[in-house]
Amino acid sequence: MQTLDLAAIELREMNATLHSQAETTNQTAWEIVNPKGAHAIACGIDAPIEVTVKGSTGYYCAGMNKQATINIKGSAGPGVAENMMSGKVVIEGDASQYAGATGHGGLLVIKGNASSRCGISMKGIDIVVHGNIGHMSAFMAQSGNLVVCGDAGEALGDSLYEARLFVRGSVKSLGADCIEKEMRPEHLAILADLLEQADADAEPEEFKRYGSARQLYTFKIDNAY
Amino acid sequence: MCGIVGLFLKDKALEPQLGAMLTKMLVTMTDRGPDSAGIAIYANNSDGKSKIVVQSDEPETDFEGFELALSTALDAPVSVKITDTHAIVSMPEDKLQNAPKAITAVNPALRMMSRGDTLEIYKEVGLPKDVAARFEIEQMVGSHGIGHTRMATESAVTTMGAHPFNTGDDQCLVHNGSLSNHASLRRKLRRQGIHIETDNDTEVGAAYLTWKMNNGATLGEALQSSLDDLDGFFTFVVGTKDGFGVVRDPIACKPAVMAETDQYVAFGSEYRALVDLPGIETARVWEPEPATVYFWSHSHQPTQEKAA
Repeated sequence: MQTLDLAAIELREMNATLHSQAETTNQTAWEIVNPKGAHAIACGIDAPIEVTVKGSTGYYCAGMNKQATINIKGSAGPGVAENMMSGKVVIEGDASQYAGATGHGGLLVIKGNASSRCGISMKGIDIVVHGNIGHMSAFMAQSGNLVVCGDAGEALGDSLYEARLFVRGSVKSLGADCIEKEMRPEHLAILADLLEQADADAEPEEFKRYGSARQLYTFKIDNAY
Repeated sequence: MCGIVGLFLKDKALEPQLGAMLTKMLVTMTDRGPDSAGIAIYANNSDGKSKIVVQSDEPETDFEGFELALSTALDAPVSVKITDTHAIVSMPEDKLQNAPKAITAVNPALRMMSRGDTLEIYKEVGLPKDVAARFEIEQMVGSHGIGHTRMATESAVTTMGAHPFNTGDDQCLVHNGSLSNHASLRRKLRRQGIHIETDNDTEVGAAYLTWKMNNGATLGEALQSSLDDLDGFFTFVVGTKDGFGVVRDPIACKPAVMAETDQYVAFGSEYRALVDLPGIETARVWEPEPATVYFWSHSHQPTQEKAA
């Protein structure tokens, strides 16, 4: 286990050390101590390593992640795992606004609650939230799966494209063009797999699926150039 | 961006450290707002006196003979304590209403930062660490306080444009965000006779609350109606003589984190503002909900009011 202490080294040095790990590195286990809510911790990693952050983080932790598994043993500030490409990010506590925004791939697991705009403009990422999510989540989401074991806030899935939204609890309101859809066997299978990967104690049958009604301006062929 | 901090102590044993704790929180928020900084301290030492904090760009000359002149003008014993560009003017309670007029009559160049029984506001242009050092905020004792680091958006970088804004006796407010209807609201409030000094959007927010409370609303009700009447983005943190409140607009894109233990309630724009507080590792830490008023008060057991 390699330890990087943010009380002893600068943030840039910490990130540079993680960036310098080659795909074939033997140093696969890393620990970051004394994060104290600092911004941009463990951003831009592109190696199959495992990083554990011991404490809460500020903005943009684990942003642009590729391949790495990043565990946050605390809560995460705004923009955690933003634009993730692959790999896995697990947050033990809560996540602030726009968690997993614009993510292209990988899995984001939030064991507490997520705040507003969770999964906004997601483009292929899978997000599993054990608790609740806030308003305007999955706004303009384009692909991927958002699984919410608790409740969803206002305007869920506003102006949604192709992403699948699974919510176990209540939904305060659906956004424009977002509707409840039937849960077919393939959806139950996707959900079962994600719940298992996220270590979530829930049954696929307890969820409802929401998706795009495909009625907005952008979906009408008459409006195509 | 702007950075906001607030600390409301439940445990009296922490009161001697209030200034030091708030200063640390404020300085951590410097990169959210390096233009100006301000802090409001509820000093809890009024001894039956009321006070007005005034500011001067030329303290060496402006405060010379000020104590005597004001005592004469108010026909009451007044004491003046000078700290850098600010002076705390203490006077008998019954003189507070007439004092602003008297101060202006004695020296129209003086600007009033705050008025009330326990509230003291210190604010200036410059980096938070420098502003805190100039006024020796670290040494201050008190029961609660709020602070602000400003990244100016809606008006000029001046002392008067710095937060907190005093909104009535012992009431003050800091703001992160920008109000889009401040110009029309300023005109409306001025027609109602509310005094608004600057082009700053936050001062309009503060004046709005004062206007509501002048018309009988409680602070909680005034904050609740601000959700309907203020356009734009805001996270407000407010202080009253014995209370501390937080409200965010319905979109809630301006960040906010709160922490509560048996000893205190704390607010920060970011979690890192809170990391040096005692017991933060085991505190209840959460993000306040949009369009929800949170309020704690010393006058009853510290409680949280959560309006719809």
